[in-house]
Amino acid sequence: MANQIDRDQVQHVASLAKLEVNDAQLDYFTDQLDQTIGLFETLSAVDTTNVPATSSVTDQLNTMREDVADNWGEQAALLKNAPETQDDYIKVPAIIDESEAN
Amino acid sequence: MNFVTTIGLEVHVELKTNSKIFSPSPVEFGDDPNANTNVIDWGYPGVLPTTNKGVVESGIMAALALHATVTPDEHFDRKNYFYPDNPKAYQITQAETPIGHDGWIEVEVDGQTKKIGIEEMHIEEDAGKNSHFGNYSLVDLNRQGTPLIEIVSKPDIASPDEAYAYLEALRQRIQFTGISDVKMEEGSMRVDVNISIRPLGSDTYGTKVELKNLNSFNYVRKGLAYEEKRQQQVLMSGGRIQQETRRYDEATGTTILMRVKEGADDYRYFPEPDLPALHIGDDWIQELAATMPEMPGKRRDRYVKDMGLTDYDAMVLTQTKEMSDFFDETVAQGADAKMASNYLQGDVNAFLNDNHVDLQQTDLTPAHLAGMIRLISDGTISTKMAKKVFKAITKGEDPKEYAEKNDLVQISDPAVLQPIIDDILANNAQSIEDFKNGKDRAVGFLVGQIMKQTHGKADPKVVNQLLMASLKQQ
Amino acid sequence: MTYLNQDLADLHQALSDKKMSATELTQDTLANIKKMDSEVDAFLTLNEEAALAQAKQLDDQGIDKDNPLAGIPVAIKDNIMTNGLRTTAASRMLENFTPIYSATVVNKLANLDAITIGKTNMDEFAMGGSTETSAFKTTKNAWDHTKVPGGSSGGSAAAVASGEVLAALGSDTGGSIRQPAAFNGVVGMKPTYGRVSRWGLIAFGSSLDQIGVLTRGVKDNATYLSAISGHDIHDMTSSTNDVPNFAAGLDESASVKGMKIGLPKEFLGDGVAEDVKQAILNAAETYRQLGATVEEVSLPHNEFGVAAYYIISSSEASSNLQRFDGIRYGFRADDVKTLDDVYVKTRTQGFGDEVKRRIMLGTFSLSAGFYDAYFKKAAQVRTLMIQDFKAILKDYDMILGPVAPTTAYDLGSEVSDPMTMYMNDILTVPVNLVGLPGMSVPAGFSQGLPVGMQLIGRPFDEGTLYKAAYTFEQNTDFHLKTPKVGGQN
Ligand SMILES: [Mg+2]
Ligand SMILES: [Zn+2]
Repeated sequence: MANQIDRDQVQHVASLAKLEVNDAQLDYFTDQLDQTIGLFETLSAVDTTNVPATSSVTDQLNTMREDVADNWGEQAALLKNAPETQDDYIKVPAIIDESEAN
Repeated sequence: MNFVTTIGLEVHVELKTNSKIFSPSPVEFGDDPNANTNVIDWGYPGVLPTTNKGVVESGIMAALALHATVTPDEHFDRKNYFYPDNPKAYQITQAETPIGHDGWIEVEVDGQTKKIGIEEMHIEEDAGKNSHFGNYSLVDLNRQGTPLIEIVSKPDIASPDEAYAYLEALRQRIQFTGISDVKMEEGSMRVDVNISIRPLGSDTYGTKVELKNLNSFNYVRKGLAYEEKRQQQVLMSGGRIQQETRRYDEATGTTILMRVKEGADDYRYFPEPDLPALHIGDDWIQELAATMPEMPGKRRDRYVKDMGLTDYDAMVLTQTKEMSDFFDETVAQGADAKMASNYLQGDVNAFLNDNHVDLQQTDLTPAHLAGMIRLISDGTISTKMAKKVFKAITKGEDPKEYAEKNDLVQISDPAVLQPIIDDILANNAQSIEDFKNGKDRAVGFLVGQIMKQTHGKADPKVVNQLLMASLKQQ
Repeated sequence: MTYLNQDLADLHQALSDKKMSATELTQDTLANIKKMDSEVDAFLTLNEEAALAQAKQLDDQGIDKDNPLAGIPVAIKDNIMTNGLRTTAASRMLENFTPIYSATVVNKLANLDAITIGKTNMDEFAMGGSTETSAFKTTKNAWDHTKVPGGSSGGSAAAVASGEVLAALGSDTGGSIRQPAAFNGVVGMKPTYGRVSRWGLIAFGSSLDQIGVLTRGVKDNATYLSAISGHDIHDMTSSTNDVPNFAAGLDESASVKGMKIGLPKEFLGDGVAEDVKQAILNAAETYRQLGATVEEVSLPHNEFGVAAYYIISSSEASSNLQRFDGIRYGFRADDVKTLDDVYVKTRTQGFGDEVKRRIMLGTFSLSAGFYDAYFKKAAQVRTLMIQDFKAILKDYDMILGPVAPTTAYDLGSEVSDPMTMYMNDILTVPVNLVGLPGMSVPAGFSQGLPVGMQLIGRPFDEGTLYKAAYTFEQNTDFHLKTPKVGGQN
């Protein structure tokens, strides 16, 4: 098999996806992903010059909702389903890096 | 060595809509944690977003206000990252087709005007809020899904003062569209900045440093000024600028290293398949353009050229749309422009400051202010009496009715005043004597006596005329 | 109560005439499922109490004569939200998850007094073609319990084929209704993208997913599809097109006379087993004899469908499945100390291998430096495939071909070999990429296992597919055969 993806890349992709892959699994996944990405490579044979990309096949355009507020009153049910809560907040272990922005 | 500074600003503006951008939950602050959330805001399995038309229209208006080109064919994109306040682990934003691009605004620094380019602006959803407590954090998703417009400047800003002026102009223009409160202290305007410097003559940009925790325009200016100097010192001492994020420290006015960036973040953007594309046709843009309020620059020109106000007055009156609208309406109701301007900058402003309220939160109306100013102009009340009338109109009372009911109307009828003057003169022979001997003080004394007699209601102008004429006849 | 020789009209008549109560029907259905499921393992959760309560209420108020679905149990694939009823998507991640809202399709069926009888097994998060990636159980093919039921809607297909229920909802992202329908000899419809609301369907590939129906008969299928279709304010990709009564014309008047049918040569290529090819050629002949024209056509980009599909579906899935992070609902790993533990341990323990493979494939296809070569390229190839289908459907009323290259294969034979598994989807994934309606109809048997034919139609023209399928059904006897269920092994 041509090398489409190596162990380091699989490790990197796993960490982006917040998955842990141990050493034994790394070989297993690397081999399988490599084969599949090899299949993806067959697309390079298609001439897509000036071909637009399709990201949706809905027949809808400009479908929008009027700006009207509606509270569905789901607060209690939502909090009840959460693994850990405190005073109507969702609780998580300490967030250390507060640098994320949108 | 001389350096060229390049500053980039990313401004997030929170929109004043009724509902969230992709869910019908109310946009409301200060409620119980998670009270304004539903399964969409929580990113439940199986939920789908729905586009709020009001947000799209706000985006178009922002583009128009910032002289940007509206992108006719648009879609949303997903920006992927894990974070507790980001429930789907992706933010729905616009990466490929921002709602507006290639805009500009004019700013004035040291008497010089300069056009600053706007790269693009896009609509997107806000995240929830995390609060931190030692070994745990709490997440409130009320803010999740609040609509934002992110406005990205072109690398045209060359100094901290220009950055300040840009923010001021941007805030003003957005405020005038009415789509946002744009208040930094309330979080409806947030600013991220980056700054790089390069030696004069070099044609490649220096390494960018990002600054965080800039909670006012002033801190933006101070933080940038500090950072500009710090980078110059690093370069002059032979050092290298690294790609990093620094935190502005309000107490010391310095910036402190937060983290060094290793390579670019990988957000794996791709088109959002859950939302149909948007086509924004000219008809729609024209329709919104027709509803767009007049922008502050145009208003300032009008105030100076048509109404004869000073540049300074025009600038102060156009700080907010509310003030400017109030002024326009007051003048439309027949008030003298200069007087309206003076009252708004003087008594009205002092009243708002004393009571910590905004103009729209008071009972004061342009009709009443104009009514009071007309009473002053035609001599019905004195400026002194106007103090009392002003107090009344801030409580929603009609100025004319109030003045009449409380006997504040000036006496300017000579037929009423002449007998009083005659009577005073008859009883003050000494003062007439003093006047004849050139003692001007006597006139003041006599006027005082007349005002006393009329309980201060006599029109001083008329009193003066009548008194002088009477004295000369003595 | 077995549904093997029943249809909707007969059951509705019996309920309307009070020859049978909804309670009896529900009780019998539950009893039969409990017996049968020891063999086929089609269900993950039964809705026993609520179903019986609903049946009793219906009996008290009387069955509406004009409502063909009233009082009749229906099964729901377990990736469709049912308020108050456990919904797992066959994943550890949602093992104990109770939804607080229902999918639009579930609400629509409930409003028509259909009775949700239970939730059917599937591949984990619908990723797979054999239902073997379920975290909980292995569903068996109704015709041979050593064979896979197909997937990912394997539980729904096996439940219908074995007579446990008359109808079941499934979802189809790349063939997940049509292929298990084919493997189990039942009728499966994947409607046009946008025909049915996705609100409440746990997203896999959002631009490909559609909910559809599996039944034994064509007409029943049509009735259920009309019931669940239509624009939904909660799903902006759902179409505002009118929803016809698809069952209306399905009677003696139905005919394929004058219909033009395209038979793509790429659908009968090397990878397709001889017996499957033969069944399709026979079906083509049947259609000719019934008055249709069948001609060879070509889909030049078909061979790229699988690659394009796996890039797009995995990319969308990698993003859609990020929400399963152990913070707001569902599984959270026990031994977590840091925030990163919550994310990584929860996801590592909560997802099975196939799901992880797809998440990694998708993450890779979208990541910096690879987006253009993979995701964007696939989206461009998708455009070319749309053009291919459009060109054919300009001249032809529908397209005919096999559903899967083979009949149902042995349990355990492919699950660890993703490449073989993925290539099996070559005949179904193009339909999802293009967004067209596609249907699986029983069209023969090979060594005792059903063969399905696939009918692919114009956008929102499910009506033509139903008409063609119904005509075929009325003129063949494949649908009359029933599997040997009970005591197989
Ligand atoms: Mg940004
Ligand atoms: Zn942003």
